[in-house]
Amino acid sequence: MSRQDVRLDVNGRAVTAEVEPRMHLADFVRERQRLTGTHIGCEQGVCGACTVEVDGEPVRSCIVFAAACDGMQVRTIEAFDDDAVMAQLREEFQAEHALQCGYCTPGMLIVARDIVLRMPNATEADVRVGLAGNLCRCTGYVGIVRAVMRTLERRRESA
Amino acid sequence: MKPAPFEYVAPRDIDSALRLAAQAESMGKYLAGSQSLGPMLNLRLLQPAVLIDLRRLEEMKEVSDLGDRIRLGAGTTHAAVEDGHVPDPSRGLLPYVARGIAYRPVRNRGTMGGSLAHADPAADWVTTLALIGATGIVRGTAGERRIPLDAFLSGPFTTALAEDDLLIAVEVPKLSSAARWGYYKVCRKAGEFAQAIGAVLTDPETGIDRAVIGATDGPPIVLDDPHASPGRDGLSEALSSVDEIKSRLLRVALERARQMSSQRAAA
Repeated sequence: MSRQDVRLDVNGRAVTAEVEPRMHLADFVRERQRLTGTHIGCEQGVCGACTVEVDGEPVRSCIVFAAACDGMQVRTIEAFDDDAVMAQLREEFQAEHALQCGYCTPGMLIVARDIVLRMPNATEADVRVGLAGNLCRCTGYVGIVRAVMRTLERRRESA
Repeated sequence: MKPAPFEYVAPRDIDSALRLAAQAESMGKYLAGSQSLGPMLNLRLLQPAVLIDLRRLEEMKEVSDLGDRIRLGAGTTHAAVEDGHVPDPSRGLLPYVARGIAYRPVRNRGTMGGSLAHADPAADWVTTLALIGATGIVRGTAGERRIPLDAFLSGPFTTALAEDDLLIAVEVPKLSSAARWGYYKVCRKAGEFAQAIGAVLTDPETGIDRAVIGATDGPPIVLDDPHASPGRDGLSEALSSVDEIKSRLLRVALERARQMSSQRAAA
């Protein structure tokens, strides 16, 4: 099988690689870029653990192929260390006990950040529906939802 | 699980895509948003020899207003419809349905054309576009043709598309301000594929008066008499091969769609 040349931006760095076409983006960032913050759960797109940002939008990295991301900008959870919204979410996740094992957390944070930015007036119901595609086996979601609601509140207060 | 090995090509124009598909002789698969195909490849439910990526085909993303209808490129994502980034000819029906498809990360990539071509009977566009009387624009090696989307599926995952045919656009008729619609999807969790769909649409000014049930085992069922009472609506005959629980879910979905339509009219 012929390998494919792919050129993309990963967390602000230009990356060039030769990949098997069947390598999905999650395996690409984990195994070829050693960015292991992105986790793999179902490889069907339903659990959300693999969620990253591609061209500024949350995307399931397990069901897109790296070869199909030529020219795109990929941001994994590791890219958000200096992001103000992510910092607020991380504080609230800690305060509200929104993680235990942490496996779902990177995907949760990527999606939560997108919710906070796109829906600044989201209700709890909006948040629960928005997070419906991210499964957590540990927490029962209550702390996660509270953390997102607190972040939305804080941002409205300081706006 | 990882896919079986395949070749990958990303043509720059539709004619090249058609040629590549023809050359692949039924061992090729078009790749749109990858949101239906990705899981199937990962599970090895499909093992094509070559994937033909459509994302460079600019024509598939074009949107135009044709007067009495809007033409949406097959590459239009569910998120674009949800967010109102494309004109809405449906008085809110299409964005409402789009919001309920899977999850936002999936909607950011999944496309209307991909969903139709994949033809999962439980997919939302399959039922919705049949309800509104939309038309698929298909290009093949023999030229271009139009397929009414209420006759698009012939069975689960089976469409009127020939092997190298490419669905390039969907034309959606414009509804008038007098239109009323209702759409109800039975699923246990937000974003799941429907277990049952009921959908109704009346538009006195354009003459549409339809009820459709979807997420059966095959094509959506357009009811002959949308206003008949239960027992006379042809639904029992249409559902004669469907198990009792599913039949009940479909009836409930249809009833709730009707309620929604009445509530919207009163609002």
